[in-house]
Amino acid sequence: MTDSTESPDLQRRSGLTRLKEGTYGGFFAACAVITLLTTVAIIATLLSDALMFFAEVPIREFLFSTSWSPNPRGGGQSFGIVALVIGTLTVTITAAFVALPVGTLTAIYLSEYATSSARSILKPLLEILAGIPTVVYGYFALVYITPALKATLFPEMSTFNALSASLMVGIMTIPMVSSISEDAMSAVPDDLRQAGYGLGATKFEVSTGIVVPASISGIASSYILAVSRAIGETMIVVVAMGAQARMPAVRETLLGIPYINPTDVLLDSGMTITVAMVQIAGGDLTGGTIPYDAMFALGLTLFVVTLVMNVLSDLIAERYREEY
Amino acid sequence: MSNTETKPSDSLITTDVETGSNDRTAPSDRTAVAARDLNVFYGDEQAIDDVSMEIPEKRVTALIGPSGCGKSTFLRCINRMNDMIEVCRVEGDIEFGGKNVYDDDVDPVALRRKIGMVFQKPNPFPKSIRDNVAYGLKIQGFDGDVDERVEESLKGAALWDEVKDQLGSSGLDLSGGQQQRLCIARAIAPDPEVILMDEPTSALDPVAASKIEDLIDDLAEEYTVIIVTHNMQQAARISDRTAVFLTGGRLVEYDDTTKIFEDPEEQRVEDYITGKFG
Repeated sequence: MTDSTESPDLQRRSGLTRLKEGTYGGFFAACAVITLLTTVAIIATLLSDALMFFAEVPIREFLFSTSWSPNPRGGGQSFGIVALVIGTLTVTITAAFVALPVGTLTAIYLSEYATSSARSILKPLLEILAGIPTVVYGYFALVYITPALKATLFPEMSTFNALSASLMVGIMTIPMVSSISEDAMSAVPDDLRQAGYGLGATKFEVSTGIVVPASISGIASSYILAVSRAIGETMIVVVAMGAQARMPAVRETLLGIPYINPTDVLLDSGMTITVAMVQIAGGDLTGGTIPYDAMFALGLTLFVVTLVMNVLSDLIAERYREEY
Repeated sequence: MSNTETKPSDSLITTDVETGSNDRTAPSDRTAVAARDLNVFYGDEQAIDDVSMEIPEKRVTALIGPSGCGKSTFLRCINRMNDMIEVCRVEGDIEFGGKNVYDDDVDPVALRRKIGMVFQKPNPFPKSIRDNVAYGLKIQGFDGDVDERVEESLKGAALWDEVKDQLGSSGLDLSGGQQQRLCIARAIAPDPEVILMDEPTSALDPVAASKIEDLIDDLAEEYTVIIVTHNMQQAARISDRTAVFLTGGRLVEYDDTTKIFEDPEEQRVEDYITGKFG
């Protein structure tokens, strides 16, 4: 140590360097603020225009009336969301019946059964499925699924119908379920599988009895995300389901309990909340009219529903997370 | 070969669970597990080199040796856990109750129901304590009183007094040493004949480890225990027989533990035990 008397260079950097550092930080922060501002602006617009709508149309009528005919050019207008909610629920529930089981079983196959070569082919294929524009799915439903169903199971089905659209929405969301669920299953420590096999469990018993319960929070999150996606899906529904806000016939059982026959809804055309918005936005609209504001009320409804779903998904993930 | 010895081999092929049929008498010197000319390869690499040994029933047999000597591989051959490693190839025989477990008609699932296993890192399922212990019973279709068996197993693993009031809480909430005893309870619940332990105390603190050691001693009254350990003092303390594996997967010396630790035949074994290499 010959230079021990010389103090090391601890000089503050020059003003320019510090200025550059500050600028970088500011630039990155600005990008983050853009996202934040956009979100806030969208929520503010939705809220303010929806409030104007509810000043004209009572919230009770909006939520409970069964007739939807915005008629932008005047005439008899009514703004009941019930028929639209039935349309959206039909699509969401039917799609869930397709996407959740198929997606989960696909995830189990990919995570537990597939050889690494099979997995390396299948995973990219599923990701391609997720990357197809939804309008293509819509035409596929209209041009192939509907004629196929008509020719085989349901000859009385109309050309635009909820069933084809819903099946297609379900197929579209399979990759979402399978990919997120598979990530969750792959994250289960191998120790647990070994423990199961060591006790004489079969592959099926290890997959269903150990891996799936241990990754249940990830699987549940994938379900909720897929359902949110189905609720918000627009293009497939516009193309394949038609755009008639039809209120299905409410029947009564022997005991007088009202019900709706699912085939009435599934085999006929219908309208979802998203399609109603597209229809209004596609017409000649001027701001400040009630139909225009109705669009925001619908948007707010959707936003609230998906927000609740996302919060629920986070809560479930938090509640059932296991630390290993 | 007597009739009683061939009995377990028949039941390997079916997946029926036998309960209460094991008449464990006083420790005998019958052979529980035997390796004959065993060679194991991972791809081109030989992990076990021509090992033959007989492991006595209801005794603690320790497998010791430096890292990579093949002792864990040997252990995992006994219940065919190596089957899951694609590149692993086994030649020679492992006999369990007189039956070669690598015969075509042996179902590894049925085999593992007779041979329990405890791993290096405690690995309870993310389920309740009760469900952890009951898991093996459930998959094996046990039709007796599950709660009674859970209690017996937890007592057998010296854990009952600590957890009897919280059987419904998650096994993951226990301390590391408790988790490992839970894993032992889980392994003994289906009443296996052999318990394989792969360095069961290496992830635990000394106090927890010593509890497990005491427990292993008790387990040997009912079960054949085969334990892999890095800890030579542990092998000396708890085992009746010790097998020393050295590099290349060779079994260098196998004898009574006192003999191995006090007067080994092989110079290499003495060097290893006294810490000159390893």
